[in-house]
Amino acid sequence: MAHITASVYTSHVPAIGAAIDMGKTAEPYWQPVFKGYEASKQWMKDNPPDVVFLVYNDHATAFSLEMIPTFAIGTAASFQPADEGWGPRPVPTVVGHPELAAHIAQSVIQDDFDLCIVNRMDVDHGLTVPLNLLCGSPSPEHFSWPCPVIPFAVNVLQYPVPSGRRCFMLGQAIRRAIESFDQPLKVQIWGTGGMSHQLQGPRAGLINREFDTAFLDRLIDDPAGQATVPHIDYVREAGSEGIELVMWLIARGAMSDIAGGPPPRVVHRFYHVPASNTAVGHLILENQ
Amino acid sequence: MALQKPYLDVPGTTIFDAEQSRKGYPLNQFCMSLMKADNRARFKAGQRAYLDEWPMSEDQKLAVLARDLNRCIALGGNIYFLAKIGATDGLSFQQMAGSMTGMSEDEYRAMMVGGGRSPEGNRYAGEDGDAQPQHQPQGAAGRRKEA
Repeated sequence: MAHITASVYTSHVPAIGAAIDMGKTAEPYWQPVFKGYEASKQWMKDNPPDVVFLVYNDHATAFSLEMIPTFAIGTAASFQPADEGWGPRPVPTVVGHPELAAHIAQSVIQDDFDLCIVNRMDVDHGLTVPLNLLCGSPSPEHFSWPCPVIPFAVNVLQYPVPSGRRCFMLGQAIRRAIESFDQPLKVQIWGTGGMSHQLQGPRAGLINREFDTAFLDRLIDDPAGQATVPHIDYVREAGSEGIELVMWLIARGAMSDIAGGPPPRVVHRFYHVPASNTAVGHLILENQ
Repeated sequence: MALQKPYLDVPGTTIFDAEQSRKGYPLNQFCMSLMKADNRARFKAGQRAYLDEWPMSEDQKLAVLARDLNRCIALGGNIYFLAKIGATDGLSFQQMAGSMTGMSEDEYRAMMVGGGRSPEGNRYAGEDGDAQPQHQPQGAAGRRKEA
């Protein structure tokens, strides 16, 4: 049977993608950000997954205001990097895992979560920047990501966005779905976005290190408690775009301790301010 | 029963909810059209004419022409859509975010490198933080205004 080996959490700032694409990663401004992912890249090489289930949000790229799905699962065989207005990022096509994705869709919908099933969609920086951070930049000779990826887009753009509690429960349903798939696949689940940031209005540029630190602590030790925190607390404390952090609760809900297993092992933890407008947070938790 | 909107008292912040989305639909869809290179070129060649193809309000069109992002947001715009205008103009996300504070690009960048804007005084309307209405515009622009 398939099983979840680990969960990965990371911010997905577009400027990080731009720094990679323009060869600026060694500049003093960016160097501390990328240094924080060196250990993670090695860990990925030492613990290669068969599939990554990647929770992220679309930033007015694949979904305009014509359709606003709360939860959308990508079931296609492949997904193209999107042109977000600056031209498509020069990164490989994202290969999907339609068989597992379809299985998860069926299971999770039967478990009372109404997923939107997407057979054609481009993926933006929300998905490709985390892949770069954890997998490095694929060389021209081997221009592909190391494994298939199932994109899972969450609406955190138009309020109301799903509650932390619902995201946490959804993660549990995703774990049940993955564990009922009849192939011996090692699956990682990634939660992306955040941490504190605000991109709009006179309050743009808000950063709250205290809130972010407490969030990381509680995500590790008391995720069920963190899941009860209402949206308004994220908005007030972590900025209007800090609400993206609810997506981390989907990945956390899929870990085995939530279903009665032992607590996960903290493999890596990293925090840095700033990357452009945003606080960068990163965590790797392994199932024991 | 009234809808729950507990976020209306956060200073300097407009939450893009269903009501804002309804108001901003044509504005945001115009922005979305700038995802295509042909449309970007047409828009740049004649901004007013391009805007007139959209069922936007006059206020929305003027806010776009003025690149007044705070006004665009008040009229239903969402930053992720408005970013397409910035991309068309060749601006980074940081330049766009900074433009809404009144700070210069250098001032805003320095604030971020220094750890970002503190939430102190900026959680509730009526406090005295730098994002509150009485402190706009921020940075040198605000100091010039006071002088």
